[in-house]
Amino acid sequence: MNGDQAMRTHAALLPAPQFPDPAWVTPKPLTQSTVAIVTSAALHAPDDARFAAGDTGYRLLDQDSRNLAMGHWSPNFDHMGFKLDLNVVYPIDRLEELALRGVIGAVAPRHVSFAGNQPDDVSTIRLDTGPAAAAELRRDGVDVAIFTPV
Amino acid sequence: MSVLAHVFEAAGIATVVLSSVREMAAKVSPPRTLHCEFPLGRPLGIPGDPVFQHDVLSRAFALLEAPSGPVFVEHPVVIEADGQPVACSLPPRFDASVPPAVDEASGLRKAYDRSLAKRGVTSVGRAVQAASIPDVLGMLHAVALGADWTTVGFPGGNTTAICHDIRTYYEEAALELVDGPAPGGRAMEDWFFDRTEAGGTVLAARAAMRDAGVKFPIWFYMTPGQR
Repeated sequence: MNGDQAMRTHAALLPAPQFPDPAWVTPKPLTQSTVAIVTSAALHAPDDARFAAGDTGYRLLDQDSRNLAMGHWSPNFDHMGFKLDLNVVYPIDRLEELALRGVIGAVAPRHVSFAGNQPDDVSTIRLDTGPAAAAELRRDGVDVAIFTPV
Repeated sequence: MSVLAHVFEAAGIATVVLSSVREMAAKVSPPRTLHCEFPLGRPLGIPGDPVFQHDVLSRAFALLEAPSGPVFVEHPVVIEADGQPVACSLPPRFDASVPPAVDEASGLRKAYDRSLAKRGVTSVGRAVQAASIPDVLGMLHAVALGADWTTVGFPGGNTTAICHDIRTYYEEAALELVDGPAPGGRAMEDWFFDRTEAGGTVLAARAAMRDAGVKFPIWFYMTPGQR
C-alpha cells in the first residue's frame, strides 16, 4: 500500500459531521458569475502569519499574489506539485484564462485558504471561521467557489 | 473541504468540491462533488499541464447546471502516485569529520539559495531557518545513536516542525537539480527518505525515539505515516 492509499484508507474512517438539511444555491449562469477558490492547503503570503498546527483560522489571498507558501502541517501528501506549479492546488491562472475567454464572469479579488488538518469535530470552521470567510467572499460579490483539498 | 462547502452554500455561494477521498465526500455529501483520484496534494492532477487542469475545472463547473443535489461525479482519469524516487543529484562527501547528513545538507545550500531567489518564497522556517538545517541534522544523528531527544537542543522542541523544515529544504533545493518532466506524486518524498542521508537520519532518529518509548505524536509525525 503506497502513501496515498494508506492516507485514503485512514481518512475514510475519520468521523464525519452530518448536514441533515443542506443548503442549495441555484447559481446564475457561469458566464455572469464571480468565481473564488477555497483551498485547504494552508496557503499564505510570505508576510501573513504562518498556520499553526491545528489552526482553525483562514488567510485571504489576493488575486494577484503568486509567491505563496504552503503552510500545511501534514507530512502525508505531496508538496512538490505545488512548488512546481501552484495551479495544481490553486488554479488562479486557469481562472483568469477562463475569465478572458468569457467562460466565467470574473475572478474574485480575494480567495480563501484554510488548513485541512482540523480538529475532528470541525466545530470552529463550521460555526465561526467558515461563515466568516464566506461572508468576506460575499462582500466581494462572489457567486461560485471551487474547493481544492490537499 | 466538504464541510466548508456546506457552510459556504448556506451563505449563498454555489460550491463545487474537488474531492480526494471518495468515502469522506460520500459521508459529508456536499452539494456538488467532482471526485478526483489524483495524487494527494495535487487536486488539479498534473503540475504544468494547463490543458488537463482546464479539463478538471470544466467538469467541475458543469456540475453547476444540475437542478438539484447532492451531485457526485468522478473524473474519468485516475493518476497514481509514482512508486519510484525522482533522479536527483546529491553533493559528494566533503567533510568526513561531520555526520554524512550534515555534510550533505551543507552541500545543498547553494541549490536551495538559487531556488529561493527564483521563487521568492520558501516554506522552510517553521522551526529553523535554512542556515540551521545542518545543525538540526546533527542533533537527529545523535538521537539516532541513542541520545535523549530532549537534551540535544532541538530549537523549539517540535520534532514535526523541524523535520518539515529539513524535508522542505531538500525539496526546494531539488527544484534546482531535477531536469525533465515534473516528478509524479510521492517521487520527491521517496527520493528524500530512500536516497538522501538526511532522510535516512530522520527515519533512524524516529525509530530510536519510538523504541525508547517517546510519546507517539512526538515521533510519529516526523515522517509520513506509512513510513
